[in-house]
Amino acid sequence: MAANSPYQIRLTVNGEPREAGVPARRTLVDLLRYDLGLTGTKEACSVGVCGACTVLLNGRLVASCITLAVQADGALITTIEGVAEGDRLHPLQQAFIEHGGFQCGICTPGQIVAAKALLDTNPQPSEDEIKDWMMGNLCRCTGYYQIVESIARAAGARG
Amino acid sequence: MIPSAFEYHSPTSVEDALGLLGRFGDDAKLLAGGHSLIPLMKLRLAAPEHLIDLGRVQGLSYIRDEGGAIAIGAMTTHSAVAASELLRSRVAVLAEAAASIGDVQVRNRGTIGGSLAHADPGADLPGVMLALNAELVARGASGTRTIAAADFFTDLLSTALEPNEVLTEIRIPVLPANTGSTYLKFANQASGYAIVGIAAVVTVSGATVADARVGVSGVGETASRASGTEQALRGQPANADAVKRAAQQAADGIEPLGDIHASAEYRSHLVRVFAERALNTALGRAQGRG
Amino acid sequence: MTSQVDIPKLVGARVKRREDPRLITGNGQYTDDIQLMRGLHMAVRRSEYGHARITRIDTSAAKSMPGVVAVLTADDLTDVLGPMPAAPATPDTKIAPRNVLTKDKARHVGDPIAVVVAEDRYQARDAVDAIEVEFEELPAVVDLEAAMQPGAPKVHDQFDDNVAFYWTLHTGEVDEAFANAGIVVKQRMESQRLQGVPLETRAILADYQPGEDHLTLWTSTQAPHLLKPIIGGMLGMPENHVRVIAPEVGGGFGVKADLYPEEVLCCVLSRRLGRPVKYVETRSENFQATVHGRGQLGEYEIAATKDGKVTGLRVKILADLGAYQGFFGNVVPTLSGLMLTGVYTIPALHCDIYGLFTNKTSTGAYRGAGRPEATYYIERMMDLLARELNMDPVELRRRNLIPTEAFPYQTASGMLYESANYGPALEKALQMIGYDRVREQQKGGPENGKYTGIGVSTWTEICGFGPSAALPGVGGWEMGKVTIERTGMVTVHTGTSPHGQGQETSFAQIVADEFGVPMENIRVIHSDTDKVAHGVGTFGSRGTTVGGAAILMSINKVKEKMKRFAANMMDANEDDLDVSGGRVWVKGSPDKGVTIGEVAAAAYFPAAFPPDTEPGLEAISYFEPPNFAFPFGVHAAVVEVDSATGQIALKKYVAVDDCGTVISPLLVAGQVHGGVAQGIGQAFYEDVVYDENGQLISGTLMDYALPHAEDFPTFELDRTVTPNPMNPLGAKGIGEAGTIAASPTVVSAVVDALKPLGIKHIDMPLKPERVWRTIQAAGRPS
Repeated sequence: MAANSPYQIRLTVNGEPREAGVPARRTLVDLLRYDLGLTGTKEACSVGVCGACTVLLNGRLVASCITLAVQADGALITTIEGVAEGDRLHPLQQAFIEHGGFQCGICTPGQIVAAKALLDTNPQPSEDEIKDWMMGNLCRCTGYYQIVESIARAAGARG
Repeated sequence: MIPSAFEYHSPTSVEDALGLLGRFGDDAKLLAGGHSLIPLMKLRLAAPEHLIDLGRVQGLSYIRDEGGAIAIGAMTTHSAVAASELLRSRVAVLAEAAASIGDVQVRNRGTIGGSLAHADPGADLPGVMLALNAELVARGASGTRTIAAADFFTDLLSTALEPNEVLTEIRIPVLPANTGSTYLKFANQASGYAIVGIAAVVTVSGATVADARVGVSGVGETASRASGTEQALRGQPANADAVKRAAQQAADGIEPLGDIHASAEYRSHLVRVFAERALNTALGRAQGRG
Repeated sequence: MTSQVDIPKLVGARVKRREDPRLITGNGQYTDDIQLMRGLHMAVRRSEYGHARITRIDTSAAKSMPGVVAVLTADDLTDVLGPMPAAPATPDTKIAPRNVLTKDKARHVGDPIAVVVAEDRYQARDAVDAIEVEFEELPAVVDLEAAMQPGAPKVHDQFDDNVAFYWTLHTGEVDEAFANAGIVVKQRMESQRLQGVPLETRAILADYQPGEDHLTLWTSTQAPHLLKPIIGGMLGMPENHVRVIAPEVGGGFGVKADLYPEEVLCCVLSRRLGRPVKYVETRSENFQATVHGRGQLGEYEIAATKDGKVTGLRVKILADLGAYQGFFGNVVPTLSGLMLTGVYTIPALHCDIYGLFTNKTSTGAYRGAGRPEATYYIERMMDLLARELNMDPVELRRRNLIPTEAFPYQTASGMLYESANYGPALEKALQMIGYDRVREQQKGGPENGKYTGIGVSTWTEICGFGPSAALPGVGGWEMGKVTIERTGMVTVHTGTSPHGQGQETSFAQIVADEFGVPMENIRVIHSDTDKVAHGVGTFGSRGTTVGGAAILMSINKVKEKMKRFAANMMDANEDDLDVSGGRVWVKGSPDKGVTIGEVAAAAYFPAAFPPDTEPGLEAISYFEPPNFAFPFGVHAAVVEVDSATGQIALKKYVAVDDCGTVISPLLVAGQVHGGVAQGIGQAFYEDVVYDENGQLISGTLMDYALPHAEDFPTFELDRTVTPNPMNPLGAKGIGEAGTIAASPTVVSAVVDALKPLGIKHIDMPLKPERVWRTIQAAGRPS
């Protein structure tokens, strides 16, 4: 495909089939935010170290700001908008509210998606396991304590 | 940040990928996980006109016990390498090194082949390959060849791969009995890259060190072996004193890099300290002390 | 009616945040999440040189690129009136006029030179590369001491040198104190340049509507009300035709409490082009063009008796302003000057502060804004003094702490600390950290080359900004409006602009308690200058202290009016009435009363109005703080230093803080955790690095190191409560305290650990290599 002309991609986002025509250089985060209108996922560092752009791609956590949209053709994506079940918040979201897991909220979508992937893989993580898994999700507001606490409590609530 | 425009190609076989490489030559770059390349493109420090994505090429992601060696497909992710029971039990240094790369998000996309082909001085795996005497299998238009790890890392961000070759497989020779290994790293706090990464592999025979291999990542323009330390330890009694003495030479022959994260002098110092610590751990595992 | 029901007080209770549902589901709207039809995108061409003359700009290629609608340079901005505003530090501060786009000279990497507007952001970014700029590189001035030298390269040619201001303070018999001192200790210390790194970069969306001559500006700012009149002035528009909205803001930390050229540019371009214009700063631009923090060099001398009673302090501070000055660039270093004596009774003080231009990004307010520097310096000096006197550093502090009976206490720097009680906080912190046990453990010496150290810092700080006389051109008051709606719901309008602090919750807690209405019935509105007529903003730890106080004033006014209506309804005497528990009732006969809902109905749909009473039930108040507020506390930390590598492990961290009355313990804890994390960030990890040509080396998050969760132990928090007698809520503020206290605490612990090696001081950041080198230089093998 020529450089700026649309590359047609089809993917499933939060259970819904979506499609868009994008240039090859469109990142996955830009596709989600601007082509599909799902602005919950954020871009904050642009080089894949801060985790604000974290989504699930075929069940695995990835940094969507350094993944090309074309690489996600045919993929199953879960974003923050797909974590709650309609009006029912996920236990993690509930725990973040109960235990002050965030302040300004900008890193929160990435934190929730990453934490959900953790609990789906390891339902009873230790504090060290939580900190290790969440290393790719930076937060400048909370000093992390209440994030780790929220995740631990959510794990406890489910266990 | 936004990369410059490029054309995207998504071959489904190595042959097709090679065809595209042949066609576009210097204007093309292979895309594996993309976690080194795409950030550079977003910063506009790299601007290839063609990206050839290996992500849809079948049959390049596997970890197989082939008897004399463990074969790992070049597109196997760091996550898969870190989680592999086979590797964790038989080649701990590789599993540990893969587990130390970046974070969960990076490990889910970054690949062993991509990391080795990019050969960033701060990458963890090149030193591990050297310590394991790994073989790297490359396929080009004229066929397949095997490159020893010792010959693979040629210069800063350069490897022995020809421009029209694709790295397809990494082969790890089976480690002898009574071998222990580990990976120990001093990481850049910001990027997670290795400022110093030591891959230590030790084989004991009775109370003596039969073999010792030390791969060093992060320190020089390319990864290297601490051959002075290896020679100094071979044949020595298998104890901490011998390790301590041998580790003094771990930085010999390496021209260390210096930048805002660590000076050359400090890197050399850390090589010695970490070599000692990693060798002690590897030695303990070789002796069955876990 | 049933008798008075005991409703548990919400102030002081752990209440869930109300902002959360939208933020937790990805529905919070940050500026870049807002899409307007026909919107255009702006991208900026910036200088890649630290100091250079601009000899040629050619925009013709850029103008003809796909999707490009306009390309502007300084010469094209004829409709921008006046330079960017900057506040002075002293009456004779040299303010370097700064135009929105620089014309003849680039003065720092990132200095904006031209802008492109295009149909989409990808096209805008491509067109920036096509703008040709020719530079003549000039020698850059980067080092502070070099900047002060005669003959140094001048950042601004119209001035004689790089000194923007000289601020000085002299109190008491300083020379005498030093002449008669039993001991004098000197030290040079650096509080290194930092970046705020809010996780959301700056984002701006301007929408000019020509039919109404009206401009709406959405921007990721901490102070929408401050921007409104300035934007109006710079665009030549009446102030009341400008609306500034701070949507959700992804972190501010002070660096978003400034006016930025891109804000003016988006507004000008939207007006010219008749379409919305959006600018989203990339992270690289954020590192180059959003104000940096700190950047000071301090030379200190402390005089004391041989018994450790401090008698005098001499201070010289070189402050790095960067290339331009902004709202806070000049002011922040003077805040250091106001807090030099910390929590100690130091009677004699001389201070010289020089604000210096350099070829680096401008500095401004960053969490603590001058007070982390001052606190760090004095705490280090106390540790150094204790070392020279061979005295325990806690004992030395005890001998110099301002005694409780001395409050309100006037410091040598002219501050009036209104209330404090340092002793109990100190005892609590020492007990929590296990001070005696750690000292005992240290007697055993290092284990495997690992040294244990303990640090204790006693801190106070100046916040709750503040008396308006001290904030000329800005004001330090805050506005709070409280309305009881017709149906008995309560609406609060606040001039503060919270961005994570949780005041939608804490202000609702205050209202809920005072009226006795459920939290669900209360709505807090902020950050929109059309909805909230006046305000100042959220910075300087003033939200609860100043904003909350204004709300309390309005609550009390509304209560008075409620009593008037209720008295009329019940045929009772106003003075016999009380308001609480959702009712207005007769004191002594609690059964006799009316609900707030009934009073509200009477206030808007009366059967008969009370005499001389207007309909309606609302009040607007402006709280002008009579003084700053001075929270205080004690932090302590235990570290383990690996002498072989210089690596530091933070083993234990304790914070005992006193912010006066606590509205929400959960929110206070969040502020302390976050603040401490940033203080440790400065102490161990963060560093803005420029080379000698003014090139920004630490330009991405791959190079600028932030702490991670695994670097921290659990922070153990506790508090004392000393209500602020000069604040209606009794509040003091807590937003910056953690940052102010943490840096000296952990540095103190590391230096303490290395005491057996003869080490007395290490400059921040205490990266492992620096620690290791200090150990090597101390001459003892590791």
